[in-house]
Amino acid sequence: MSPSEAGAKEAPKYTKKDFESDQDVRWCPGCGDYAILSALQKTMPDLGIPKENIVFISGIGCSSRFPYYMNTYGFHTIHGRAPAIATGLRVARPELKIFVVTGDGDGLSIGGNHMLHVLRRNVNLTILLFNNRIYGLTKGQYSPTSELGKVTKSTPVGSADRPVNPLSFALGCGATFVARTVDRNIPHMDEMLKRAAAHKGTGFIEILQNCNVYNDLAWNVIYDRESKVQHELRLEHGKPLLFGPPDDRRALIMRGVTPKVVRAKDVPESTLWIHDETNVNAAKLLADLFAPDFPIPVGVLTAVEAPVYEDLILQQEQKAISERGPGDIAKLLTSGDTWKIS
Amino acid sequence: MGQIATPATGAEKSRKALDRAVIRFAGDSGDGMQLTGEQFTTESAWAGNDLATLPNFPAEIRAPAGTLFGVSSFQLQFGSQRVYTPGDRLDCLVAMNPAALKVHLRDLKTGGLLIVNTPAFDKRNLDKAGYATNPLDDPTLAERYRLHKVDMTGLTHEAIKDLPLNTKEKDRTKNFFALGLVSWIYTRPLEPTLDWIKKRFAKNKDIAEANTRVLKAGHAFGETAEIFGEHYAVEPAEMAPGLYRAMTGNRALAWGLIAAAQRSKLPLVYGAYPITPASDILHELALHKRFRVRTIQAEDEIAAVTAAIGASFGGAIGVTASSGPGIALKSEGIGLAVTAELPLVVLNIQRAGPSTGMPTKTEQADLMQALYGRNSEAPVVVLAPATPGDCFYIAYEAVRLAAKYMVPVLVLSDGFLANGSEPWLIPDVTTLPPIEIQFRTEREGFFPYLRDSATLARPWVRPGTPGLEHRIGGIEKQDVTGNISYDPDNHDHMVRTRAEKVRRVAQEIPPTSINGPATGDLLVVGWGGTYGSITAAVEQAQTAGKSVASIHLRHLNPLPPDLGHILREYRKVLVPEINSGQLVRVLRAEYLVDAVGFNRVRGLPLPSEEIYEAINQLLGSTP
Repeated sequence: MSPSEAGAKEAPKYTKKDFESDQDVRWCPGCGDYAILSALQKTMPDLGIPKENIVFISGIGCSSRFPYYMNTYGFHTIHGRAPAIATGLRVARPELKIFVVTGDGDGLSIGGNHMLHVLRRNVNLTILLFNNRIYGLTKGQYSPTSELGKVTKSTPVGSADRPVNPLSFALGCGATFVARTVDRNIPHMDEMLKRAAAHKGTGFIEILQNCNVYNDLAWNVIYDRESKVQHELRLEHGKPLLFGPPDDRRALIMRGVTPKVVRAKDVPESTLWIHDETNVNAAKLLADLFAPDFPIPVGVLTAVEAPVYEDLILQQEQKAISERGPGDIAKLLTSGDTWKIS
Repeated sequence: MGQIATPATGAEKSRKALDRAVIRFAGDSGDGMQLTGEQFTTESAWAGNDLATLPNFPAEIRAPAGTLFGVSSFQLQFGSQRVYTPGDRLDCLVAMNPAALKVHLRDLKTGGLLIVNTPAFDKRNLDKAGYATNPLDDPTLAERYRLHKVDMTGLTHEAIKDLPLNTKEKDRTKNFFALGLVSWIYTRPLEPTLDWIKKRFAKNKDIAEANTRVLKAGHAFGETAEIFGEHYAVEPAEMAPGLYRAMTGNRALAWGLIAAAQRSKLPLVYGAYPITPASDILHELALHKRFRVRTIQAEDEIAAVTAAIGASFGGAIGVTASSGPGIALKSEGIGLAVTAELPLVVLNIQRAGPSTGMPTKTEQADLMQALYGRNSEAPVVVLAPATPGDCFYIAYEAVRLAAKYMVPVLVLSDGFLANGSEPWLIPDVTTLPPIEIQFRTEREGFFPYLRDSATLARPWVRPGTPGLEHRIGGIEKQDVTGNISYDPDNHDHMVRTRAEKVRRVAQEIPPTSINGPATGDLLVVGWGGTYGSITAAVEQAQTAGKSVASIHLRHLNPLPPDLGHILREYRKVLVPEINSGQLVRVLRAEYLVDAVGFNRVRGLPLPSEEIYEAINQLLGSTP
């Protein structure tokens, strides 16, 4: 077995209940995290991985309470550092399946550096970034994904910093799997979780999540039924980029090097943009698009293969052992220049 | 100067026996002084001497040639008796250029041997060193020291004029001339260096030939030039029998970790970010993949420590290292390991600070940081090696204690120990204490914070163990169950429990060994890299008939259980440290003894002469 393949042995038949811990869930009533927790507990049995080989690792923030509620191994660590902890764990124990749960503040502000490096190293783990565009646990300051001019307690006349786009960030870091899903779309979340978990390398999912206390309906553009029909662009590999209501389908096409929205019936089929998950450059263009001028891409932007960090480390180790045998400390101590005193 | 002297005729030159000698090679960063010193060290080790070394080099990789700050030096003391330090005052200084002379002359004993490379004393170099006139023309130099002006550059070129090398390449071999000359003066065997040249330049025969010829030319010059009236022999030291090797502190730390990982049958995961003077540990460990050593060059210091914590959580030996500034960044991570109660080893190779400070210079001012430098009550075990070779045992012990007590262990080494070397008696690894790792697999009665009654350690559970799925974290938890708890009394209990766990490590500490009388006028207490300087000074005082003893602490938290008793057996207590008085403060607070400090914070080892003076001063003030 490749060291990256989690759960070598046959997993028992689990139900959602097997993944629920005995701890009281302490999020605010109505929080989007409940839906994500429920979706994840429901998806887990389908992954076919023995429960004891699953580890949830988080940093600090509302989302980071997640491990306490999953009946797997879990480590609730310190602010922003979950990707680094997970990297160390993977290098020590490549047979484990690791989920990193983080938020827009934890993952892109204080932990932005670790996020960059875990993605470029392509460590085999799944990252769930809950993006609610606000600091919830510290009671409502703007976050690195908040829109420019955001009025919060810490920015009474509006924030002065431009937001970062998690998808563009991840792709810029060389991520090999990047997807977006929405907390209010449980079947889609389920599908994305399975895809990301099966990916060999770092699977990065941005989950648009609602903080009903400090930033309610920040994603209303995709929650509202009418708006969703207008703006949601479901990405499907091999399918054209079409969206909008059935009576007014629109197409996302490339004109020169610029994405454009046109009426679907106005363009010949041959000029449609066919979604290709293996085309990272196309994914980079898609990642930046958002309503109102463009559709909101939802689904897998890219899924490509690349060397996995800990696999390479372990291959080097195996090579050294197979070529020269396992290390012998007594021989090491007497290697090189020595002299005897009698 | 410049011509090759005619061979001495008649009688052999006189050879004088010495107990010990202190030599320093100094030159430009590009002059190869570190290599010269290292080779001279190997030759002295072959000759059977005990020795200690002090490499001293600028932080700049290629400092501008000829400048004062670009001077690089290598000092060693070797002797026929026990050698504790690289020495204070020099018996011999080799200065390859004016800057080296200017920086180092003040350390040369009056009457000491001063060897200079004359062609380097040109207008340009004199200007750069800030000499208005050539110091070699000042007659007082030759009056105060035994000055030997040698045209090393010229003699080097002469020796290899027929070799197909360019001028620059030829120039670069002149350090071997200096090495050959000083090797002759102190009767060192050339074989180890000749062997080294053969191996090192196996692929470049011309360079190998050039270095060999120049080395021999330097040696022959000493033997034949009439200017050297005498030379010296230093008899082999009486050392414990066995197989020896030269050992630096950083390599010893790396090998100690490897030995511990092998003994515990676990992979070693080492997270590190490059930083002087700790990087060599990373370089060394990266060579030993066969031992299941997995190195992660992390994106920053925080990732380095947290990756190590992640590895520990996974049931590997998690280790990180840095120097003071990096340790500061790791503080929050160390606190996580404290409360998660995971094993973690953190090596701090201390350097002069604060902030960037003087990265290549030594200091021991991070003791308070190690003891208290984290938010809230976050006690950790703190150990400190006494010598370069001791680093091996301390690293091994750090892993053993971390795993046994489920606690972070901080090791305080320093730049002097890291780069300094000493002859090291290679231990029989089977005699090292066992490291028995027992991961919990038993489901019955399992709780994440269930405690061992002797050590208070919680069980170490590898993820992947069926039925023991559990969650840990940085939030305060209820004892035994590990569930999140904000209960005031539970927090108080956990604060005390974490402290008590560290305190119980005291049961692992052997009785403190006392160098000198068990009771008397003065006790000198040291820790870390000052061991050699203190021991040399104390033995000097003992020889002078003073009632003085010394102890050297390898365990700084918890302190040895017998320490309080020992401190009270002496009328006075002196604590020499390369800081403004940190251990002395701890001793005064812990034991209410009127200990006094001796403190110099110069980025250099403490001179034993000055400690000796401090001892006399303190004894002199005895009523």
